[in-house]
Amino acid sequence: MFADWPLLSLLVWLPIFGGLVLLAIGDRMPGIVRGLALAVSVATFLLSLPLWTGFDRGTADMQFVEFASWIPAFDINYYLGVDGISMPLIVLTTFSMIFVVLAGWKVITYKPHAYMAAFLIMEGIMVGVFAAMDAILFYVFWEAMLVPMFIIIGVWGGPNRIYATIKFFLYTFLGSVLMLVALVYLRFQTGSFTIADYYGIGLPFEAQLLIFIAFLAAFAVKVPMWPVHTWLPDAHVEAPTGGSVILAAIMLKVGAYGFLRFSLPITPEASLALDGLMIALSLIAIVYIGLVAMVQEDMKKLIAYSSIAHMGIVTLGIFVVFTIVLRDGPDGTGALLAMEGAMVQMISHGFVSAAMFLCVGVLYDRMHSRRIADYGGVVHRMPVFTGFLVLFAMANAGLPGTAGFVGEFMVVLGSFKANFWYAFLAATSLILAAAFTLWMVKRVAYGPVANEQVAALEDLDGREFFILAVLAIATLALGLYPAPLVEVIEPTLESLLESVYLSVS
Amino acid sequence: MENYYIWIPLAPLLGAIIAGLGGKWIGRAGAHTVTILGVAVSCVLSLMTLYQQYWGGAEPYNGTVYTWAVADGINIEVGFLIDRLTAVMMSVVTFVSLMVHVYTIGYMAHDEENWPAGSRAGTNSYQRFFAYIALFTFSMLMLVMANNFMQLFFGWEAVGLVSYLLIGFWSARPSAVFANLKAFLVNRVGDFGFLLGIGALLAFYGSLDYLEIFDAARAQPGLTMEIFPGVAWSVVTVACILLFVGAMGKSAQAPLHVWLPDSMEGPTPISALIHAATMVTAGIFMVARMSPLYEMSEVALSVVLVIGAITAFFMGLIGIVQNDIKRVVAYSTLSQLGYMFVALGASAYAAGVFHLVTHAFFKALLFLAAGSVIIAMHHEQDMRKMGGLKKYMPITYWTMLLGSLALIGTPFFSGFYSKDAIIEAVGASDRIGSTFAYWAVLLGVFVTALYSFRLFFLVFHGKERMDEHTRSHLRESPLVVTVPLILLAIPSVLLGLYAIEPMLFGDFFADSIYVDEANDVLAVIGSHWEGVLAFTLHALATPTLYFAAAGVLVAWFLYLKQPDLPALIRQRAKPVYKVLESKYWWDEIYQYGFAGGGRALGYVLWKLGDVAIIDGLLVNGTARSIGRAAGVLRRVQSGYLYHYAFAMIIGLLLLLTFYVGGLKGWF
Repeated sequence: MFADWPLLSLLVWLPIFGGLVLLAIGDRMPGIVRGLALAVSVATFLLSLPLWTGFDRGTADMQFVEFASWIPAFDINYYLGVDGISMPLIVLTTFSMIFVVLAGWKVITYKPHAYMAAFLIMEGIMVGVFAAMDAILFYVFWEAMLVPMFIIIGVWGGPNRIYATIKFFLYTFLGSVLMLVALVYLRFQTGSFTIADYYGIGLPFEAQLLIFIAFLAAFAVKVPMWPVHTWLPDAHVEAPTGGSVILAAIMLKVGAYGFLRFSLPITPEASLALDGLMIALSLIAIVYIGLVAMVQEDMKKLIAYSSIAHMGIVTLGIFVVFTIVLRDGPDGTGALLAMEGAMVQMISHGFVSAAMFLCVGVLYDRMHSRRIADYGGVVHRMPVFTGFLVLFAMANAGLPGTAGFVGEFMVVLGSFKANFWYAFLAATSLILAAAFTLWMVKRVAYGPVANEQVAALEDLDGREFFILAVLAIATLALGLYPAPLVEVIEPTLESLLESVYLSVS
Repeated sequence: MENYYIWIPLAPLLGAIIAGLGGKWIGRAGAHTVTILGVAVSCVLSLMTLYQQYWGGAEPYNGTVYTWAVADGINIEVGFLIDRLTAVMMSVVTFVSLMVHVYTIGYMAHDEENWPAGSRAGTNSYQRFFAYIALFTFSMLMLVMANNFMQLFFGWEAVGLVSYLLIGFWSARPSAVFANLKAFLVNRVGDFGFLLGIGALLAFYGSLDYLEIFDAARAQPGLTMEIFPGVAWSVVTVACILLFVGAMGKSAQAPLHVWLPDSMEGPTPISALIHAATMVTAGIFMVARMSPLYEMSEVALSVVLVIGAITAFFMGLIGIVQNDIKRVVAYSTLSQLGYMFVALGASAYAAGVFHLVTHAFFKALLFLAAGSVIIAMHHEQDMRKMGGLKKYMPITYWTMLLGSLALIGTPFFSGFYSKDAIIEAVGASDRIGSTFAYWAVLLGVFVTALYSFRLFFLVFHGKERMDEHTRSHLRESPLVVTVPLILLAIPSVLLGLYAIEPMLFGDFFADSIYVDEANDVLAVIGSHWEGVLAFTLHALATPTLYFAAAGVLVAWFLYLKQPDLPALIRQRAKPVYKVLESKYWWDEIYQYGFAGGGRALGYVLWKLGDVAIIDGLLVNGTARSIGRAAGVLRRVQSGYLYHYAFAMIIGLLLLLTFYVGGLKGWF
């Protein structure tokens, strides 16, 4: 029944429309506002399911395509579609948003309508980023994404939110301006704003290099890669729980998505020339950031650093492929494995980091502190919560059977094929992630009850239990049976890899 | 026939889920009933499998349960490889697990006393404990039944997870939650190597499936890789050593042994199940399972041999100076695991696995007996406060005696056959390091006997050193505790006698273990084989038995005959004691070197790299520069009308150019 619905447009505009309605209602009826926000986010999620079920797993072509002329003077089109890279990310977006709405259910008392509206609008925009097949449309969504996030952190954020928002805005904005320049250049080369038209056009190497760097400036900041990562810990610390969830689960992914959608297919030779740099930055993210995460005193900062380290695995998986395909050809095993690992890691990180931030949110709502030192012995008051915390911590540490393992396993195994030392350094994540995550768990949850405030803690309520339970199921499901996800992403990545190979060989 | 295999791991898993999630509703009795039922089903089915594999002449089974993922043409499956080696492991794991489950009913009966008042984690802790040990049984079964490395790694880490949860079970105790973190992290160091080993196999043999890897490795025995440019290393050697690093973590071999003594912070049933009988033997099982690979690499086997020998001897020495009853047994476990690795390193895989089996029974027995003592002593574990318990706890006394005799290798006891076989095998081996290993395991026999009977005499004989209150409450443990002791004592005594011939010199393991003919030391020993009795009598002519007897004698002399002497020796040989009591300072090396060093490095990278350089210099520096530049640019807003008019005209011109240019197609 959904076959002829404009699903992608619905997914973009339904939440945005819902957000506008919430704004119109205003802050007179917070109960209705919350209910409506939940209804819209659930409806959007349900509407995204036909994408998953109706997705043709046998092709790398764009599916659910929608096309309309938008600004004919410049050949800018309203052109939407999904493939195996973007479809899972869209479903992840609509899935995460339900928890964001639920997480802000009670805590947000200041202008809840605007808070919910900002997130719903954000949701539509993020779906747009992943679904856009027109470069300008993509760019519009890409930049628009900043605005709601800026407002969310700036209005509902912590005490140091102004510094954090400015840093966040400048970092990401400076990056994306260069991308616009690159897109305009590509328009003049090809006469089209359709992204797919930029693939395999054989740009001169110097041009590729400049475009790659322009893209890198935009995407590396979003991922974020070392050394342009310092906005993320600040943004996370100041953001409300929902903001952190969206930042970690979705916004970081748009950077890695950009590498797959733009950098690799449009500038393959430049990607090849600079793959050593990219791998080095990824490995630095894993090792350096892993060590930095260990000494954090603030739970959110710790998880933020952990996110950066985990995204290092993603970028490693993407850029390690060149070494392999150049040596063994496109059919040599390892390259596709690493790339699929990167993709799986993006999705699993969406579940796990969201869950970790929600766990911190649960504690913060009760104690109004994120300092690890203020906690201790939480398990004696909140055993159910601690059960979830340990599960997600283990997933964060990459325990097999949880989502966190799958991508890491694939990337490490794939990168071994490229070079022993890549795998060696990537695998330190096994030790470092366990060290920083479980050490935090030990200090927060175990030991004797630390103080009066901890002694007064109450365990999860029904809403919190529901959120964490659903994420726990998702984490285990992906860990125990990743085949359905791998099936979806494989054809697209395989064809991407082949086209990259053809360009560089 | 195969369709019941799936229930072997699933039955305990279901028990764990019901007891873990429904503990509040089903209560204590419900929790232990459902988990014991699950493990019992699993145990019966495992024994059936063993029967079919060995006596029934069934073919090994290799099949898929489900496809985890097909990525990049690599089939990653969850599947079972069931042959005689697996069947033995399954039977040992489920039998010991069943005994431990029953025992736990008694041991954890008053667990609420172990929690601080009002702790909600303390409610239903009994049910949770059963859920964990059943979950452990599931994980361990997944590990041994795996037919591929993904599942092996899953089981490998899952047992580590349960071990983590159980060591830190009494989570209010700082020492327990320190020990469980330490255990997990040290194991992760091992797993780091293990994962890279899997990476090496996949990269060069293109598969994660055991049998496919064996075939690929045999097809290209000379394959090399370069870790350092220009130096070609054999792939098999690199992979085997990396996998062995994982085994060193899980099976606590020096220098990754530091977590096991600390793991004694966990409740005693899990010390018996996880940290003696099953999980810590995963490394031995893995090497035996991978025998076709290890046989291709003399270098890797030498590494196994030497590491095992070092652990066997030097960790045993520490056992002599420990005063905590569980820690003595823990160091004994380290040492015995070393023996097993020595056997593997000498290509006597069957002897290693044989010792694994006998050790599982007698060491589980020793731990559970120690736990029985601890119950009677009201959780006092210091042997200096025990003594003379024999008359209070006869069943514990006699079963512990049997276990100790088995451990030190008394003829006719199971440990005698397995340990003697190892010593003979390594004696017959000419592998590099085998001479050292031979002396290490031989002297280790003396050490084993000394610490075992030191413990035995200190606890059960001599003066009663406990306080009056404890003495008045001393009594034998209940049936749920003593019956498992008796049931474990039976195989501890008898198994070796019956199993040595088929296991070591017969075809018990058939094709599940592969030994190259040139390396087959067991065949050399087997060529003189004239039956169990002859083998046992032959021991009278070897030094081994006299070393063991000397150990018992010295223990008797020092701790019963002349109990003042140890203090004197301790004073005279202070440096030696210092070294042993400090456990060769490995804890300090890790604590300050690695943990402290890692934190210090992290702190420097954070404060200097992130805060000072990236943020301070680059980000905020840029922001300041922009601020200054804006200060200059602000002057553009001069307030003079003609300035603005001029800017507007320029802007209009640019726009017009763009528009007209667009029409004319200039761009």
